[in-house]
Amino acid sequence: MKNKMSFLQQEGEACPSRCPDNSAFRQQRLPAWKPQFTITAVLSTFFLTGMFCLSVGVCLILSANSIREIQIDYSDKCSDCSKLRENSSNWNKECLCSVNFTLKEDILGDVFMYYGLQNFYQNHRRYAISRSDAQLLGQNVNNSYCAPFTTYQNGTPMAPCGAIANSMFNDTFDLFYNLNSSVTQVPLLKTGNSWWTDKNVKFRNPKSYNLSSAFAGTSRPPYWQKPVYLLDEEDERNNGYINDDFIIWMRVSAFATFRNLYRRVRRIRQFADGLPAGNYTFHISYNFPVTKFKARKHVILSTVVWSGGSNPFLGIAYVISGTAATLAGFVITAIHLKLRKRKTYFQK
Amino acid sequence: MADPIRWARYRWQRLISTEGREGSRPSNSSNKYHQSSKAIGKHRIVIPCLGHFKEEYEKVSKLYMNNKIRTTKYTLLNFLPRNLFEQFHRVANLYFLFLVVLNWVPLVEAFQKEIAMLPLVAVLTIIAVKDGLEDYSKYKMDKQINNLLTKVYSRKEKKYIDECWKNVNVGDFIRLSRNEIIPADMVLLYSSDLDGICYIETASLDGETNLKQRQVVRGYSEQVSEIDPEKFSSRIECESPNNDLGRFRGFVEHSNKDRVGLSKENLLLRGCTVRNTEAVVGIVVYAGHETKAMLNNSGPYYKRSKLERKVNTDILWCVLLLILMCLTGAIGHGIWLSRYSEISFFTIPEPDGKLIPPTLAAFNVFWTMIILLQVLIPISLYVSIEIVKLGQIYLIQNDIDFYHEKTDSTIQCRALNIAEDLGQIQYIFSDKTGTLTENKMVFRRCSIAGQEYCHEENAKRLESYQEMDSEDGDSADHQCGSSMHISKWEGDDCRAVNEPLNRKSVNLLSGSHSALGREDGAGDAPHSGHVAFSSPIETDVIPDTQLLKKFGQISSHSCDQSEASSKLSLETMYITDFFLALAICNTVVVSVPSQPRQKMRLSSLGRMPIKSLEEIRQMFQRLSIRRLSSSPLPNVKESSSESPSSFVSKLSVFRMKMASPALDETAQRAAELHNMDSPENSHVPQELDMVNVAACCEHNSATSSIELSPLPKLCYEAESPDEAALVHAARAYRCILQSRTPDQVTVDFAGLGSLTFQVLHILPFDSVRKRMSVVVRHPVSNKVVVYTKGADSVMMGLLRTASEDTNNSEVEQMKIKERTQKHLDDYARKGLRTLCIAKKVMSDAEYAEWLNHHFLAETSIDNREELLLESAIRLETKLTLLGATGIEDRLQEGVPDTIQALRKAGIKIWMLTGDKRETAVNIAYACKLLEPDDRIFTLKSQNKSPGFSAGLVIDGRTLEHVLHDSLQNIFLELTEKCRAVVCCRATPLQKSVLVRLVRNKLKAMTLAVGDGANDVSMIQVADTGVGIFGQEGMQAVMASDFAVCQFRHLKKLLLVHGHWCYTRLTNMVLYFFYKNVAYVNLLFWYQFFCGFSGTSMTDYWILILFNLLFTSVPPIIYGVLDKDVSAEVLLQLPQLYMMSQKSLAYLPSTFWITLLDAFYQSIVCFFVPYFTYYGSDIDIFSFGNPINTAALFIILFHLLIECKSVTWIHTVVVVGSILFYFVFTLAFGATCKTHNPSSNPYWIMEQHMTDPVFYLVCLLTTCVALLPRYLLRVLQGTLFPSPVLRAKHLDRLTPEEQREAIKRWRDDSVVNCRVELHTISGSSSSVTALETRGSPAGFCTLAQHDLTFPFRKQAF
Repeated sequence: MKNKMSFLQQEGEACPSRCPDNSAFRQQRLPAWKPQFTITAVLSTFFLTGMFCLSVGVCLILSANSIREIQIDYSDKCSDCSKLRENSSNWNKECLCSVNFTLKEDILGDVFMYYGLQNFYQNHRRYAISRSDAQLLGQNVNNSYCAPFTTYQNGTPMAPCGAIANSMFNDTFDLFYNLNSSVTQVPLLKTGNSWWTDKNVKFRNPKSYNLSSAFAGTSRPPYWQKPVYLLDEEDERNNGYINDDFIIWMRVSAFATFRNLYRRVRRIRQFADGLPAGNYTFHISYNFPVTKFKARKHVILSTVVWSGGSNPFLGIAYVISGTAATLAGFVITAIHLKLRKRKTYFQK
Repeated sequence: MADPIRWARYRWQRLISTEGREGSRPSNSSNKYHQSSKAIGKHRIVIPCLGHFKEEYEKVSKLYMNNKIRTTKYTLLNFLPRNLFEQFHRVANLYFLFLVVLNWVPLVEAFQKEIAMLPLVAVLTIIAVKDGLEDYSKYKMDKQINNLLTKVYSRKEKKYIDECWKNVNVGDFIRLSRNEIIPADMVLLYSSDLDGICYIETASLDGETNLKQRQVVRGYSEQVSEIDPEKFSSRIECESPNNDLGRFRGFVEHSNKDRVGLSKENLLLRGCTVRNTEAVVGIVVYAGHETKAMLNNSGPYYKRSKLERKVNTDILWCVLLLILMCLTGAIGHGIWLSRYSEISFFTIPEPDGKLIPPTLAAFNVFWTMIILLQVLIPISLYVSIEIVKLGQIYLIQNDIDFYHEKTDSTIQCRALNIAEDLGQIQYIFSDKTGTLTENKMVFRRCSIAGQEYCHEENAKRLESYQEMDSEDGDSADHQCGSSMHISKWEGDDCRAVNEPLNRKSVNLLSGSHSALGREDGAGDAPHSGHVAFSSPIETDVIPDTQLLKKFGQISSHSCDQSEASSKLSLETMYITDFFLALAICNTVVVSVPSQPRQKMRLSSLGRMPIKSLEEIRQMFQRLSIRRLSSSPLPNVKESSSESPSSFVSKLSVFRMKMASPALDETAQRAAELHNMDSPENSHVPQELDMVNVAACCEHNSATSSIELSPLPKLCYEAESPDEAALVHAARAYRCILQSRTPDQVTVDFAGLGSLTFQVLHILPFDSVRKRMSVVVRHPVSNKVVVYTKGADSVMMGLLRTASEDTNNSEVEQMKIKERTQKHLDDYARKGLRTLCIAKKVMSDAEYAEWLNHHFLAETSIDNREELLLESAIRLETKLTLLGATGIEDRLQEGVPDTIQALRKAGIKIWMLTGDKRETAVNIAYACKLLEPDDRIFTLKSQNKSPGFSAGLVIDGRTLEHVLHDSLQNIFLELTEKCRAVVCCRATPLQKSVLVRLVRNKLKAMTLAVGDGANDVSMIQVADTGVGIFGQEGMQAVMASDFAVCQFRHLKKLLLVHGHWCYTRLTNMVLYFFYKNVAYVNLLFWYQFFCGFSGTSMTDYWILILFNLLFTSVPPIIYGVLDKDVSAEVLLQLPQLYMMSQKSLAYLPSTFWITLLDAFYQSIVCFFVPYFTYYGSDIDIFSFGNPINTAALFIILFHLLIECKSVTWIHTVVVVGSILFYFVFTLAFGATCKTHNPSSNPYWIMEQHMTDPVFYLVCLLTTCVALLPRYLLRVLQGTLFPSPVLRAKHLDRLTPEEQREAIKRWRDDSVVNCRVELHTISGSSSSVTALETRGSPAGFCTLAQHDLTFPFRKQAF
């Protein structure tokens, strides 16, 4: 090693071996943009931000205002049913309830029908993890996260397992349009409401020649009235794990107050432009008990624009922050003018 | 992360290879075996492992350690457990471990088990790899040292065989040759030197390059042949191992129960090098970790930077915050749960079908929340800090300003974790010699007989060296310099006499000169450093023309025999004696470089051209008559009373001299011829004349060519560089010290020929007498002459007083004394080291009387030292002052400037030196550590003349008292009020104790800088240890955290890199806190909307990786590269250093403001999306995604606001992070269908990318979150700019404006400081010396009295 070193030393006599590179990086002389708070930069930042926010805010408010939405709380209107459901022994008794409402003006465009729940903590941690994604992919896995809704005491596994699936919202709604005492059912779309990826990738039925055999050996969750392969009796392809209502329910909501897409109005016949003004009736099959945890249920009809739902918050927030930024810009201008006169700007 | 590690490995490799290149010096950087000697008791018995001792040997030696050293922390086996154990000493790591364990509890499990372990494993691995590499380099060093070979006597083979160092045991006989390193502490039993002397170089031990004499144990020195270990039948009893380098007590007990005392003179210390001695044999008494060298290192000291300590406290705050948040969560959950009396859909029942009680659930949630919010304790902070420090150190090491071309070395950062401490230094403890000075003593001036010779030519020469230094002159420069000299010499008219020869000699001279020059170029490299004090700057002294003229008259007078005026001859006599004293009065060892370390023996003297003995005798008789000494001429009988051996040798010398009369004649003629004309018209240096003399002789006699230029061929090795400088000075005047043996000194005197002085006594230098004397018998006058040199403060009192009889000469003496004193004062003012030279002629009777007493003193057992001291004092009286010398220990380039800058930066500088007080104070003045108008307080513990010079000067003995527990506080209080403290005569241990004291008691950041092994412990104790690549080995460098080539490099290291490192790291740490708090709070806010159940709206992988991957690189880049103020401005305005020194960038308030901002930003970042999506059909992760994305933008753009300079690297990294985040989340969203047990973020990012609301939310969130911080920064720069901000502004100005602004700034601060000074410094002007009589109590009272003295507060 010594020899090697001395050899190197001899070689490196022309250019000393240990001299550091005189490169900009190593000498920390890289060309750098030093953000300086010059008055032009600062003021333009504030004013431009302010202007931008204001204009975006106005746009958002305008677009939010174009949304038509009607929300009906039916928890009280169907008090009989809710009382019935309080007793869990009545689980298989059907209870129907209808709610009337009037649309004062047309709801044009695509109309979405949601069910809303209030005070339903779907985002509770232990609830939210109580599911088995592998099972929903059609794999036969026993997942401990589903506990205690994994198997029955006799060992029959639940399909689907977990608290989320077990507590699936099972009220059904039918919308009727009352025009001149003739009642027409509003055509509703059952499918296509969930994300395409969920329907086609994330949720898969177990492979078998038919659904009932695919789910053979499993049993429905305790709160369910029907087995999973009979969720949609009309459409075979909307059954099992790939049932749209089920998929949507399994997308755990972020807040305790939330809505889930239930149906879309099929734009045919007199509903081609949306829902015309008039009287409507919801026929609700009331199955989902919520009184025990003081939750409320809604049914909502709404249109959607590019800026989301009917929530005007974003637009207002933009306007407010735009105003704030502009004001700050004025304050800075004032300070600047004052200090420039005093000649104490930056340097003594 | 791989890159820094690779880089670190490279760095270590380089370090290791450096060590290999420097040659192997024993590393004793660590030692944990201090206590090992406990069982042995007070004494240790050393018995050779031979013959009849065998049994006893085995009994005793088991208790002693062998010579193997191990400084590593780990072995291969215990690395993993021990490293983990050490790592878990870090509270943070323990915390993470706790979290991992917690996550395994099913009830509280928040994450997947594997995910939770990820951060901990990452942290542990990185640190373990780092530690492992570090330890491995130590291991390699140890191995290298342990496997060094030495010759150990083997009983089996009956001879010395090669054995590794590690196999050496106590009791072994070791034979060492010249230039070998001593493997263990051993008692010297044999030396090939006839006088039983062995020279060792202790450079690696105490930093002194000079040679020390060691003596063979009495009784063994008489042996002619080498000692035979088989016949060694004595046992040695000595002290137990201790760390006192200056003491060794013990005795050798022979088989006949005779005891011979042992002292440190008999001990060869491990790590020293045998010099000048062909072979030595010794018996090992201490080995391995018990050697004094190893014990003297106070062991490794884990250094943790101040910032890190502060970070730890802030982390504790974070822990508190975390607990608070978790408690909130737990209580909230309990309350929330108690609202639901029955099982609802979302309250999952236990397997038994019942709900868990709210209190238990709350308890569980508490722990769940701790896991969930763990990121609040900055998980990646420690790793990031380590990496940032690596980066910072990489940049420091690559700073071209630290490159020293002469030595081809640059800064070495050996400690990786304390770079930012450089920005907070409050105290600097500096060694003197070699650190502040070059450790090159240069003869500058002298005053002889009251006449000053200022050696202007020499000064010019030195200046030319200075220039070369500053140009970092390469060999071409040296060539140029020497040719300049040559051209000067060529102007000499004597060239005409014999031109061809002259040219030849010139060529030779220049050849040797450039050779020397080259050596100087490479000479600083440690491997060639074994030639002590031999750079041309020290050896080449250009004589003063005036003095040379006078000096030349000596020979001319002796030639024409005419009586000149008595004044002139008196002066000539003084001059002669002066130079003789310079040449003789020392302990310099002469050797010839061509045969390194070979002593010049008398044999070569015969060939010297000399005058006839008779002539010399006449001359000296003539001179000695004028010397007015009252002693009668010595007669032959007296001279025959000398010891027979020396008499014989003297005779032989004379005989040999007479052997070449023909040569003498020619030489004489030539010299006369030459000296006749030279005095009149030579303004040029006359060195050449002398060479010509030699050349002429050589030509005429044609005997041999060796003497052609004897001048550069001698090599002097002195105990102190001063001595060497004096001898070199004498040599320049052709008074050449030719050889020295214990009883003889030969001087080649100015063409007169060799004079051999019989050395009767050497009274060595000691700090009490502050002088040394040599008693010789003058070969010509045959009288006993005492030559004394010493500090002026003592010498002036010892001179012959005029009271006896007032004749002319006495008056003359008084005048000389006065004038000399004046010159001395002048020298001292100029920072020169002064020495007085005096002589005394004794009659043989007087001498005999003194000798009698002295012999008594030498042989006495009780208080021998005191008697010897008395005896010496008795001899050194009634001296005749010859003159004085001024020697310069040249300051290193840029030292005063550096010291001034550092002081302006608010750093207190202490000088701790082993040197004597006068020198220390002189140097302190020279390097502007003390200023002429400073009042100086001198603390002394002896009742000696109180020093009135100018800070606080304290010496080693006083330090002992001061460091006593009871006095520490008072002392520190005193020092706090002094702006400079000079500690002289401090031992290495005292230095370290002092540093520790300041460090611990004042809670100040300390930096110790030194170059020698005597500074090692101080360097280790200080917060930051800086070693200087000196000429004194690598010990200090090995122990240091940073090693620089020059003291002046400290300026940039502290002012620029210290400032940068500190601000960068501080900002990064604060940013980290901000980042984590801001991010974790997002999760916390969500708890209010999910029943405090511990739900996270972000996927766990992204949650963990957010800190580990997406936002970790930009802060690191920020921590490594951010540059708030340019280096130029920082150097010009040292005041800026105080910003970091006072931790202004990281006050507690800064921390809380940062947290507050983090809270605000997290609120914005959470609630803007919350209100936007409130009541919609958004799912958990779709809600988390915009929050997370906005948080990424906020966190990264926040960094950009904080950045003071944005380079392309910043841009790349920030953009890269954002891209990486999106790529990762997109890829993750596309692939993970079942990765997570809970709902997964499948396709969420993709979905959002097509949603304009997502972008709008992110944009608004980012803007609103960052607006206040931006506004704050804007207003701060406008309304109340800090000095750093103002300085930053300077960078934008043009150079002229900048200069102007800086000047204005400085003026401002000067005014401020003056005002401050005025108010603080009171009115007292008295100079006070605090004195104690060696008693701590006395000091205590005095100190208390005087503490109230007004002090001068340092500027800035």
